[in-house]
Amino acid sequence: MTRLEKKERFTSGHRACGGCGLALGARLAMKAVDDNSIATCATGCLEVTSSPYPQSSWKIPWLHSLFENSAAVAGGVEAALRAKGKQDINVVAQGGDGGTVDIGMRSLSGMLERGHDVAYICYDNEAYMNTGIQRSGSTPMNASTTTSPAGEESFGNENRKKNALKIAAAHNIPYVASASVAYPDDLIEKVKKANEINGPTYVQIHTPCPTGWGHEGDITVKLARLAVETGLWVLYEREEGEIKDVKKIKDRKPVEEYLKPQKRFKHLFKKEGGEERIQEIQEIADSNAEKFHLDEE
Amino acid sequence: MPNFASIAKPGTTENYKTGSWRVYVPVLDKDKCIGCERCWEFCPDSSKIEEEYEGDTIFRTDLDYCKGCGICAEECPVDALEMELEEK
Amino acid sequence: MSNQEEVMEGSHAVAHAIKGADPEVIAAYPITPQTHIVEKLSQFVADGELDSEYVKVESEFSAMSSCVGSSATGARTYTATSSQGLLLMNEVLYNASGLRLPIVMGVANRALGAPINIWNDHSDSIGVRDAGWIQLYAETNQEALDMSIQAYEIAENQDVMLPTMVCMDGYILTHTYEPVSIPEREEIQDFLSPYEPEHKLDPENPETFGTVGFPRDYTEFRYQQFDAMDNATDVIKQVFDEYSDKFGREQRGLIEEYRTEDADIVLISLGSIMGVVKETVDSLREEGKKIGAIKVRAFRPSPAQELIEAIKGSDVIAVLDKNVSIGKKGALFTELKDELYSSDVNPLAKNFIVGLGGRDVPEDSVKKIAKKAEKAKEHGRVKKEIEFIDLKEVYDND
Ligand SMILES: Cc1ncc(C[n+]2csc(CCOP(=O)(O)OP(=O)(O)O)c2C)c(N)n1
Ligand code: SF4
Ligand code: SF4
Ligand code: SF4
Ligand SMILES: [Mg+2]
Repeated sequence: MTRLEKKERFTSGHRACGGCGLALGARLAMKAVDDNSIATCATGCLEVTSSPYPQSSWKIPWLHSLFENSAAVAGGVEAALRAKGKQDINVVAQGGDGGTVDIGMRSLSGMLERGHDVAYICYDNEAYMNTGIQRSGSTPMNASTTTSPAGEESFGNENRKKNALKIAAAHNIPYVASASVAYPDDLIEKVKKANEINGPTYVQIHTPCPTGWGHEGDITVKLARLAVETGLWVLYEREEGEIKDVKKIKDRKPVEEYLKPQKRFKHLFKKEGGEERIQEIQEIADSNAEKFHLDEE
Repeated sequence: MPNFASIAKPGTTENYKTGSWRVYVPVLDKDKCIGCERCWEFCPDSSKIEEEYEGDTIFRTDLDYCKGCGICAEECPVDALEMELEEK
Repeated sequence: MSNQEEVMEGSHAVAHAIKGADPEVIAAYPITPQTHIVEKLSQFVADGELDSEYVKVESEFSAMSSCVGSSATGARTYTATSSQGLLLMNEVLYNASGLRLPIVMGVANRALGAPINIWNDHSDSIGVRDAGWIQLYAETNQEALDMSIQAYEIAENQDVMLPTMVCMDGYILTHTYEPVSIPEREEIQDFLSPYEPEHKLDPENPETFGTVGFPRDYTEFRYQQFDAMDNATDVIKQVFDEYSDKFGREQRGLIEEYRTEDADIVLISLGSIMGVVKETVDSLREEGKKIGAIKVRAFRPSPAQELIEAIKGSDVIAVLDKNVSIGKKGALFTELKDELYSSDVNPLAKNFIVGLGGRDVPEDSVKKIAKKAEKAKEHGRVKKEIEFIDLKEVYDND
């Protein structure tokens, strides 16, 4: 018997690129959801690759409405279930980083604030991948995307990655967590918890994208792990407002190890002044380490 | 005629064999495999199948769906998987 | 029938109807002049008179999105909005129809900004006429109340399964007190068939909704909507008839004719303006003029075929639109004229833009319109097809 649940609720035959971290994230998340669940999904890579009519990769009832309303649609589903006395059914809302932290922020904020019993999962591949790798509010600083390209005068994205976990937490919801496809047990445990807890919960899963980040498909998991091991993506939970269960890092790696294999950061290693930009990113990792006490003695 | 409101039946992408996308294929050294299931955990395409081999559990590749991304080979702790150019 | 007559404002009349229809979920956002509907519904819920889940959304966009989620889960669903709120919903409106969700929405018709204006015209609902929603327009508070009930029976019909707007003129109806007869809850429940959609989000039968429609299939999905809207024509008539029979009303057909029997001139419009139009017809009839009027109850599905039938034999039709497509004309006019082209009915046709942004349309204005129609009849031709009525003199190049 496999250690993780065997059943696939997000099944094969989907059209995601080989090595897609998002597909892996969805597959794992669906292992944390039981059959008695309903999912919504925002427009984006996950939706497009998993629901080409007349086919579907989903084995639980699933509804895609629009790009920016997954949370509000899920709130409506949950209200209907409440009206029908079927609160035993879990509701999961899903969206990409763009559909969550940018265009879907209003509907996410509303859903969280109103206290719907919905677990929201954001699959964070750090750009608008479905439309061709444009910058989102979740794109990290200095990453080159098609709308924040590196160039003679540019080192790519000028802004720091939006901290959607903190925004979610500001709604005083019972549970917020970050997860990564490199840590399946942890991911599944968190999504499960998000589902079990009564009320709105938010889990953001870091999901590398070979196509958008410009890396080979075989290192998707490795990169996700490096993001954690460098301190750029911190794994933690926030329960009832308290930060808990931060994943400590032994011998935190320099950010170069994470940046180097990705084409979106290639210019940092070639262009004059790139070193300072890498240092800037290192400082983000260092400040995470300080804030979350990441470094293990 | 399509059905009402573009509704699809669950799990039906399984009718679409993404194995045809593959360029490289993971080749398993069954004797090396320790059945740890890491490859199964990390496969984005649910393309690992648990089976018995000489009384032990191993994970073989489901060639119907495997896209040949190589995550499994990269993550195998005992290097039991090798990515090879597939002859078609 | 144990209908009680009560004097109340239009918004509250609609709220009472919705209470009787007993939606399981209401998701709505405030906007003038719709607010009184959802305030009243909120109060019903707060007082335990209505057992709906009321979702206090943060925007109209989420109101309609929550309605999509709720309706797809198999719950009878209601919302109401107006003007800017309706436009904010725009993207979700198309989605709700494409997903074939029989959501019912009250629209308190109000003008669109800029300049911002909270008063009545039909720019909002007419602006979304292509979203795939059935659109009913009420002349009176009674009609708005009745249509709010009928809407569920129409929308949820298996051959229709389209969302439905019940449009009522902001302020003119929503905020005006009129006596209305409110059917008992039991009677409404008895009239409405239970909402049991064939497809819904259900773990027992886990279907996938909202798939990607490729060029191979997309046309067929649009055709199905088109076909369903076509089916709605007969379903609306049937539901109006059944309702009229049961509750003692005379609200039948997609249109209503008023003194058109021998009319040379026919005034056509929709909504509350029909009150003054009918009064004008009465007074002109007294002067011996052969004039009649037609009220349009359903704008979607298109009432054009019934209109053509009704205007047979008339010399001039004057269409009063409380909307204008900038660069074109009023919606009812253009759509009716379009249908006339391939019919053998060929009256002179004039379009009058009236009542924009709450501008009052008194009997004098309607008389002016009738006079212009008469002139066209005399001359045997239409000089100017579209005219803005009561335009300030500086602009009036008449
Ligand atoms: C209102 C609206 N604006 C823009 C789009 C185009 N669009 C579709 S998906 C997408 C990007 C999705 O990005 P994200 O949410 O990060 O998901 P990803 O594809 O990266 O997984 C965009 C811009 C749309 N469908 N709807
Ligand atoms: S573009 Fe990226 S996120 Fe989208 S399917 Fe491909 S690998 Fe996955
Ligand atoms: S990861 Fe390697 S050792 Fe583990 S089950 Fe897969 S092939 Fe076998
Ligand atoms: S190569 Fe990729 S798709 Fe194929 S089995 Fe390995 S992980 Fe799965
Ligand atoms: Mg993205």
